[in-house]
Amino acid sequence: MADYTIKVRRFQPESGEGPYWEEFNVELEPSLSVLDGLLQAKDRDDGSLAVRCSCRAAICGSCGMKINGQSGLGCKTQIGEAQERADKVAAAVGGDSAGNVITIEPMGNMPVVKDLVTDMESTHWTKIRRVTPWLLPHGEPPEREYIVEPESMIDITQSMACIQCGACVSSCLSMEADPDFIGPAALAKAYRFVGDPRDGETVERLHDLAEDPHGIYDCTHCFSCVDACPKDVAPMNQIMRLRRKAGEEGIEDPNSGHNHEIAFVKIIEKKGTLDESALLQESFAPGIKGKLKPSKRAIKEMLGSLPTAIRGIKTGKMRSLPKLIPGVHHKLPDGAQDEVKAIYKRAEESNIEFNLYIKGEEDVEPEPDEEKVEEL
Amino acid sequence: MSAEKIKVAYWPGCVSRGFTPELHGSMALVAEKLGIELVTLDRANCCGAGVIAEHNQELADTLNARTFALAQQTGLSMMNICSTCQGAQSECQQRLDADSAYRAHINEVLSGQGLSYEKGKDGFTNKNFLWLLVEDYGLDRLAEQVKRPLSGLKVGPFYGCYIVRPKERLGYEEFPDRDVYLEKVIEVLGGEIVEYDGARKCCGFPVITMNRETSLRQAGTHVGDAIDAGADCLVTPCPLCHLNLDMQQPEAAKVVNRELGLAVLHLPQLVGLALGAEPKQLGMSKHIASTGWVEERLASVAA
Repeated sequence: MADYTIKVRRFQPESGEGPYWEEFNVELEPSLSVLDGLLQAKDRDDGSLAVRCSCRAAICGSCGMKINGQSGLGCKTQIGEAQERADKVAAAVGGDSAGNVITIEPMGNMPVVKDLVTDMESTHWTKIRRVTPWLLPHGEPPEREYIVEPESMIDITQSMACIQCGACVSSCLSMEADPDFIGPAALAKAYRFVGDPRDGETVERLHDLAEDPHGIYDCTHCFSCVDACPKDVAPMNQIMRLRRKAGEEGIEDPNSGHNHEIAFVKIIEKKGTLDESALLQESFAPGIKGKLKPSKRAIKEMLGSLPTAIRGIKTGKMRSLPKLIPGVHHKLPDGAQDEVKAIYKRAEESNIEFNLYIKGEEDVEPEPDEEKVEEL
Repeated sequence: MSAEKIKVAYWPGCVSRGFTPELHGSMALVAEKLGIELVTLDRANCCGAGVIAEHNQELADTLNARTFALAQQTGLSMMNICSTCQGAQSECQQRLDADSAYRAHINEVLSGQGLSYEKGKDGFTNKNFLWLLVEDYGLDRLAEQVKRPLSGLKVGPFYGCYIVRPKERLGYEEFPDRDVYLEKVIEVLGGEIVEYDGARKCCGFPVITMNRETSLRQAGTHVGDAIDAGADCLVTPCPLCHLNLDMQQPEAAKVVNRELGLAVLHLPQLVGLALGAEPKQLGMSKHIASTGWVEERLASVAA
């Protein structure tokens, strides 16, 4: 048994008051969960403390919350680990190295109903429905069930593992800046149908997700959802796969996301390292010399980046010609660029996606002193 | 602490030789002062920044395997100075290390170039300068080198996503404190740590061309939060974060509709100041957000 202090961000709408912090002292084994701690506080100190939970085994997805600022499930986070985390961060900024409070907040990016209970409907479920989360098969339905080869479904098992807890939505840093972003949970769900061999509208789905200005190209690639997900769905990876598939279809998007990707890839093939000036130009107006009419957005974006460029020239950041004029950029030394080109040639032909979630780590001889860590 | 000489295969990345030339320069200067020998991988290529992997995963994996193989040819561990390189390269390394058949497939094209990436018994080591500084150089040894403590300078850490997430890929099991190293370094250099909301959040740079407003709102919010928390400057181990936090700062100010104006230092610059280097030597005049205030603060402390 150990003593812990949990500091909970509370809110009761009927009180007319704003949210406030309240500390509870709890006593439990370090291997028990943060949720167990909350339930003990509710049982012993204040029955009105609101928290949603059911299975207590990371299956139902009800107890999403922020623990020490990190989104996850209350039942899957051991209170001893949460204490270590709180102590580590406090010690790093000059505080005590033990006995710090564990902070617990409701999930982010969604309204709070009461205490730790958030409104999943207004953001999470609305966004899930946004991606048409059901099969749209073409042709005559079979007499009985659809029959598919098991192998053809493996690709989407990762996105199918989602338990709809909302932890990824809570952690999403893009959504924090742009609430219209479709977001990690819904886009992972979208991949689940894009990758389903029974679905007949894959291309339409990709158009829909790429052409929405708050769709797949609005993800800022921060990995927050990857760390938050209790089920290893890695929503960001699914978003990147959606981008890859949309790119393969050659879908043009209003965010110039596809142009940016192609421009980046081509610059490295040609020059080996990134030429930022060329990337800016090519992202907005690919092949501008041969293109009579760059889009309105391209012109707007290029003009919009002018003040930044002028400031850069003033401080000397972009003084030298190679940094100012796209196309004049340092080259890799003798023969190295040819090596890069050979890699491109081979990879474009082969184009393997090595999926660690499915393949797993190769079996290696276990070290004799290696302890098997128990996981929930 | 033994003054063991550190020698590394050095990957400077693209941006440190592009829009943030002051980073490459200050790293070279600081390495010299610390006695770290840098063997530059001048034949190496861009890490792909996650964008190439988004296009073709095998391409990204092979390009980075080539860089690792070039580093392995030197017989040294590798060091980078960019959180984004760290993240993109670690992602590829994880796949390459997971499966010998996949590695052999990737090595087929490299062998034609006299190169091969080997996992090796203890694995291949590629560390950001921040990790190397704390884990290999050592904070005690760094403390001994401080000539001008950053007394009274309030510094907000800004990590960059790719060096803090995902934890299971970035060695946090072995080095659980990697997400508080900046705080440790600031403290050893004599500075004051500023706590604010954005330290481990996203600078927004990856979507600057795709969704400018979202991108600049992120940068502007974090800079604003740091100012409100009393920061004199931010410090970052990621040049891409620097682009959004510093180069785009005047534009970010327009989006968040407030005055900003906060100096943003590259990690080697902050270390360099404490080692007694002059701001001009560290390329600080190339920044967009003025570093004048930082210089004034430090001028009051004798070097």
